[in-house]
Amino acid sequence: MALWTRKSVNVVNHVVSRVGFLGMINQSSWPHSFYRKHPISDACARNLKNPVTDFVNTPAHFPFRRFESTKAETQSDTLHDFDANQQVLDFPGGKVTFSSELRFISGSPEERVHCYRVLDDNGQIITGSTYVQVNKEVALKMYSDMVTLQMMDTIFYEAQRQGRVSFYLTTVGEEAINIASAAALTIDDLIFPQYREPGVLLWRGFTLQEFANQCFGNKADYGKGRQMPIHYGSNKHNYFTVSSTIATQIPHAVGAAYSLKMDKRDACVVTYFGDGGTSEGDFHAALNFAAVRDAPVIFICRNNGWAISTPTSDQFRSDGVVVRGQAYGIRSIRVDGNDALALYSAVHTARNIAIREHRPILIEALTYRVGHHSTSDDSTKYRPAEEIEWWRLARDPVTRFRKWIESNDWWNAEVESELRNSVRKQMLQAIQVAEKVEKPPIADVFTDVYDVPPSNLVEQEKLLRETIKRYPKDYPSDVPV
Amino acid sequence: MAGSVSGSRRIMGRLLKCGYGYGNGFLRQFSTSSSDGKSLNLYTAINQALHIAMESDPRAYIFGEDVGFGGVFRCTTGLADRFGKNRVFNTPLCEQGIVGFAIGLAAMGNRAIAEIQFADYIFPAFDQIVNEAAKFRYRSGNQFNCGGLTIRAPYGAVGHGGHYHSQSPEAFFCHVPGLKVVIPRSPKEAKGLLLSSIRDPNPVVFFEPKWLYRLSVEEVPEHDYMLPLSEAEVIREGNDITLVGWGAQLSIMEQACLDAEKDGISCELIDLKTLIPWDKETVEASVRKTGRLLISHEAPVTGGFGAEISASIVERCFLRLEAPVARICGLDTPFPLVFEPFYLPTKNKILDAIKSTVNY
Ligand SMILES: Cc1ncc(C[n+]2csc(CCOP(=O)(O)OP(=O)(O)O)c2C)c(N)n1
Ligand SMILES: [Mg+2]
Repeated sequence: MALWTRKSVNVVNHVVSRVGFLGMINQSSWPHSFYRKHPISDACARNLKNPVTDFVNTPAHFPFRRFESTKAETQSDTLHDFDANQQVLDFPGGKVTFSSELRFISGSPEERVHCYRVLDDNGQIITGSTYVQVNKEVALKMYSDMVTLQMMDTIFYEAQRQGRVSFYLTTVGEEAINIASAAALTIDDLIFPQYREPGVLLWRGFTLQEFANQCFGNKADYGKGRQMPIHYGSNKHNYFTVSSTIATQIPHAVGAAYSLKMDKRDACVVTYFGDGGTSEGDFHAALNFAAVRDAPVIFICRNNGWAISTPTSDQFRSDGVVVRGQAYGIRSIRVDGNDALALYSAVHTARNIAIREHRPILIEALTYRVGHHSTSDDSTKYRPAEEIEWWRLARDPVTRFRKWIESNDWWNAEVESELRNSVRKQMLQAIQVAEKVEKPPIADVFTDVYDVPPSNLVEQEKLLRETIKRYPKDYPSDVPV
Repeated sequence: MAGSVSGSRRIMGRLLKCGYGYGNGFLRQFSTSSSDGKSLNLYTAINQALHIAMESDPRAYIFGEDVGFGGVFRCTTGLADRFGKNRVFNTPLCEQGIVGFAIGLAAMGNRAIAEIQFADYIFPAFDQIVNEAAKFRYRSGNQFNCGGLTIRAPYGAVGHGGHYHSQSPEAFFCHVPGLKVVIPRSPKEAKGLLLSSIRDPNPVVFFEPKWLYRLSVEEVPEHDYMLPLSEAEVIREGNDITLVGWGAQLSIMEQACLDAEKDGISCELIDLKTLIPWDKETVEASVRKTGRLLISHEAPVTGGFGAEISASIVERCFLRLEAPVARICGLDTPFPLVFEPFYLPTKNKILDAIKSTVNY
């Protein structure tokens, strides 16, 4: 019997919290014994089915309805802890104040969430900015890495056009998000990337040769040639291997962050994703898990306006991504993604909060995807060339940062050309070397499916080797057998 | 080459140019054929079918990621312009949303034609497909159904797709009563089978061989026509062994048949077309004639749909079989980029299996 009562209370709690004020509106038509006896009365069912009409027809009930009439005393604590004067009721999710006003929360804010920035368009610090200081050494590495990233993209892109690598995808326009966020972290912070964040790896010391080895899928590629170009991963750089599937890495980041917290490590997890990625269920699951488990994870959304050809107007109708954080109970900030100093400050601060307070942070970096989605895409099919050019030239984050370091007298044209010459040389060298290195051996087809190959794979490897012997011409000669 | 094919039957379109290949084993060549319509490649044939589906039913809708500008494979080109953005539209990047939305739309008596950008990305929608679409009719005692649902997705190898742009996930869906799974082999087949799938009163998963989108060219009748579901087709007659396949793999199998013929082996080649519910009778009749069976697909051999065909035919033709059923399929590994030619069930792997099965 006791069990039965408990059960019925649970059902009531559930109904109340799910139907919200609708549950209250028609309460007059519920029998007084409703909470005790008839969790799902006909009246209730009818009301749930057509709440709007019922509501409109019974407006007089609404402002005066309260829960006193339900003999709440006999119910569980959460239901009857109710302050009549303040019109507050302690619902299962916490106290909520009643209002007699029939008002929906607006779907769009009166004003869009502001975008934090530090550097103006001319690379000068805006007076009165709050920001985290960046010293000369860090600033110069940031700048050099942004230039390197840009040049690496140009040269790999060209190599793809020449048919030397099978695929490529650039980060153009998003160099500041890549490099400045990486600069604000330590190597102990784990990265769960999407695919447009190779700059984080570059910052951590992944060499141009290592990038080239992956793109060429040669023997030195840590992924053993199994994945398409740009699917980098490096254990020693705490950079989890890229997967093509959108948004799947976001919940992984939360699980990993929870582990860091449990191990009391002085580190956090950072995961990157695009505006498109925020539409996947995985994004929502991840934010919710992070909030509920108080995981030290920083979500960085590169809102670059496009998911292949899909503009953000087809992706969501919220004020971008930043507002999703609050809905999940996560502190959030919107940042100018083309302002390296703003990014650095936001990520640096977020890291402190994540680690010290054990909480997730959401950062929305507003930017623009200046390149085509990838080498498989021609973006002039769906967006004006002038728009691309404007972002490439007038809003280039690298030029903006250069103006700042130049105004500090930390940089000049001479060092600039030295840097560019040296990067170009290294890149060409890296490609030449990567191209010559042989492919991974045939044995690598079968390893790593499991920790050790099971008998079916052992047998398949044997059969494959026999086939190769019979038909060597069927197989590429640069894969050692 | 066409002369060696039985009669002047249309088989599977002609290969335009082979952009990728290592030696003979990797060449995808097609028999030529004659027909009444225009010469079209596979994605254009799909596009034509979609135009007809929209034209012939004002309650048809097409949507998916990047569908508005024509889709990443151009299959939906021109549809938004022609039928408006209320009927042809981009969705948010969310496969579970695409399929869930499509089920609701279909349940209201519409034709919901949903595109999943790559079959590799269908998995976020797995729950909606398996637990919702497939059981919508059954669980309601036929009060509700989402039969107007068709899910299109490009599948299979493409030469440089790696793990996530190459998979053939058909077997997962063949394990789900309530769904139909259809895979065309050529432009003409694609158009007729797609129109049948869209108009079939059951949810259909329609996998398109993306390797053939541009490569396979065939005369395709311009008018509105449908090809029957759950009917396999003997596309090449022979006496010594039956080969069963579907989609892009058929062109590889056909090459093996031609080579085997040079060695005096006469192969019968069957295009299954609909994987569930499948046409056992046609396969059984053929195996009763030849006494031997080989199945080939790109998906990993273990748990692939070939296993189901093999078991069913052994059940029905045990005493008639003269050799074990052969399966030449993908390896039991993820689809590996640089090792793609090693992973795939190539012509010569099939040829060897034909010979050893016939000489068993
Ligand atoms: C689950 C899944 N669905 C679809 C795709 C195909 N796809 C690859 S990238 C992309 C767009 C991603 O856009 P966004 O998240 O904004 O990242 P961006 O490319 O702009 O950096 C899509 C739809 C995919 N990779 N994974
Ligand atoms: Mg984007």
